[in-house]
Amino acid sequence: MITLSHYLILAAILFTIGVVGIFLNRRNLIVLLMAIELMLLAVNMNFVAFSHYLNDLSGQLFVFFILTVAAAESGIGLAILVVLFRNLSTIDVDKLDGLKG
Amino acid sequence: MLKNFVMPDLYPAAPELFLAAMACIILLVDALTGSTRRWLAPVLTMLTLIGCALITYATLDGMATLTFSNMFVDDPLSDFLKLLLYFAVITVLIYGRGYLAARNLDKAEYYLLLLFATLGMMVMISAYNFLTLYLGLELLSLSLYAMVAIDRDSSRATEAAMKYFVLGALASGLLLYGMSMIYGATGTLELGRVAQAVHEGVANRTILVFGLVFLVSGIAFKLGVVPFHMWIPDVYHGAPTAVTLLISSAPKLAAFAMVLRLLVSGLFGLVEHWQIMLMLMAVLSIGVGNLAAIAQTNIKRMLGYSAISHMGFMLLALMSGVVGAEIDPIALINAYSSALYYSVSYVLMSLGAFGMVLLLSRSGYEAESLEDFKGLNKRSPWFALVMAVLMFSMAGIPFFVGFFAKFSVLLAAVAAGHIVVVVLAVMFSLIGAFYYLRVVKLMYFDNPVDGAPIQAGFDMRLLMSLNGLAVAAFGLFPDALMMLCTETLVRSL
Repeated sequence: MITLSHYLILAAILFTIGVVGIFLNRRNLIVLLMAIELMLLAVNMNFVAFSHYLNDLSGQLFVFFILTVAAAESGIGLAILVVLFRNLSTIDVDKLDGLKG
Repeated sequence: MLKNFVMPDLYPAAPELFLAAMACIILLVDALTGSTRRWLAPVLTMLTLIGCALITYATLDGMATLTFSNMFVDDPLSDFLKLLLYFAVITVLIYGRGYLAARNLDKAEYYLLLLFATLGMMVMISAYNFLTLYLGLELLSLSLYAMVAIDRDSSRATEAAMKYFVLGALASGLLLYGMSMIYGATGTLELGRVAQAVHEGVANRTILVFGLVFLVSGIAFKLGVVPFHMWIPDVYHGAPTAVTLLISSAPKLAAFAMVLRLLVSGLFGLVEHWQIMLMLMAVLSIGVGNLAAIAQTNIKRMLGYSAISHMGFMLLALMSGVVGAEIDPIALINAYSSALYYSVSYVLMSLGAFGMVLLLSRSGYEAESLEDFKGLNKRSPWFALVMAVLMFSMAGIPFFVGFFAKFSVLLAAVAAGHIVVVVLAVMFSLIGAFYYLRVVKLMYFDNPVDGAPIQAGFDMRLLMSLNGLAVAAFGLFPDALMMLCTETLVRSL
């Protein structure tokens, strides 16, 4: 029997992987964008699980909006990435150190 | 299901609808006219903002109206903040015009993104549901990411945009995770019903507090307070100054509304938990912001750290609303209205300070180092005086608006019994006064490095002077604005 807490734990694990991915990843900005996506998907799983167990549709409705916004977010993220690659000729996270003070 | 559809009351959302329609029209107009009529986009943008202000002013009714299935609220607080927002965005437009034109960045994209960011802030200010709040926040953030990167050939700006994007997306993720937990505990996304569920105690406390931690972290990221402040100095430094001007001003008003709606309208039942979090972040922000600003040689970075400390003060006011177990409505309103007063006066000062950086910049030259302010008194005594007024006000020296803002916040914190916190805040503000006064010293006692005359249009000079005068005038007569803030909150909470 799969209960609500199973879903919550899975979502929490996915979310943690996403957050840790953002901080630990030192090599590739695309992996970073994937980590962000994973975080948002973990949240979606949370919403759907709660929505199902509460018998309330508004949570699932929220998920559609998150999915849409996440797509727009990736679009802007990739656009910035392209501009960044044109300027620096790299997408290495460690090379993002031009701003210091 | 469709036959149950009821047309929502669109009247309370009239300014938002007008702005959204106008943004689409400007998009079309620009696509059809191309690069032949470049003056059209800024003019239409300005007219749109003035139109929004007129609509908001005409629909002022002093009552709270909910619409769109209780997702959207139009109350005195939202009207007040929106009117200030239009004022701030119009100021951003006028200050930034010359700078953008000199760098060939004044394309229609900039104005459209500015309008969409404004729409996002308006939705945030009026949000009464987690969904609308999130959508408003994302509309604002996504527009800002693109605006930071608008100077495509600058590696500094694109790097800043990337950092802003990654940390902003992380913040949205944290905020959403918190929202999902609170939704799970209360079974609703509507702030009023969340408050009710928390109050009645039907919701699972542990899940609620767990969600609250994520929610507060997300808010802290967006506000840029310690320990989630890493993006502020880099983004302020790397972004084109006209965009920094926007990021440092108008979104602070929307962020104030977001904090108030989420924590006070929604999760007031958890006040004892979020007050401690806000207190820690406030003290750390005031400390770190003021100490780190001393070491800066770039004025945009310095003002970025100063923004961190100012946001700390705003949180200090927000955490002083409730003392102990009993809730005193007068203390509550006092604390929150001092937070509102602080946000408003900070926006005024920040517009002035970044406006001054724009005023000194010219084609192919960024006046963003502290050195560039050397001997400003010899080049332009009037603008040196305006900058001095702004710096005195930011430092909290009587009798400028910043002093009364700090004073009312500290008064509210003392009334709530947080003596140690107040002492720390005052000490760090004293340390912080050093870097503000250093700018004044550079302007009056050093010789100019750069003797070029100031090149700025008449409108910018006029508005800059008015901005400086407003900082001085609100300092001499602080009661009117304070009364307005109190009145607004009394009618809205």
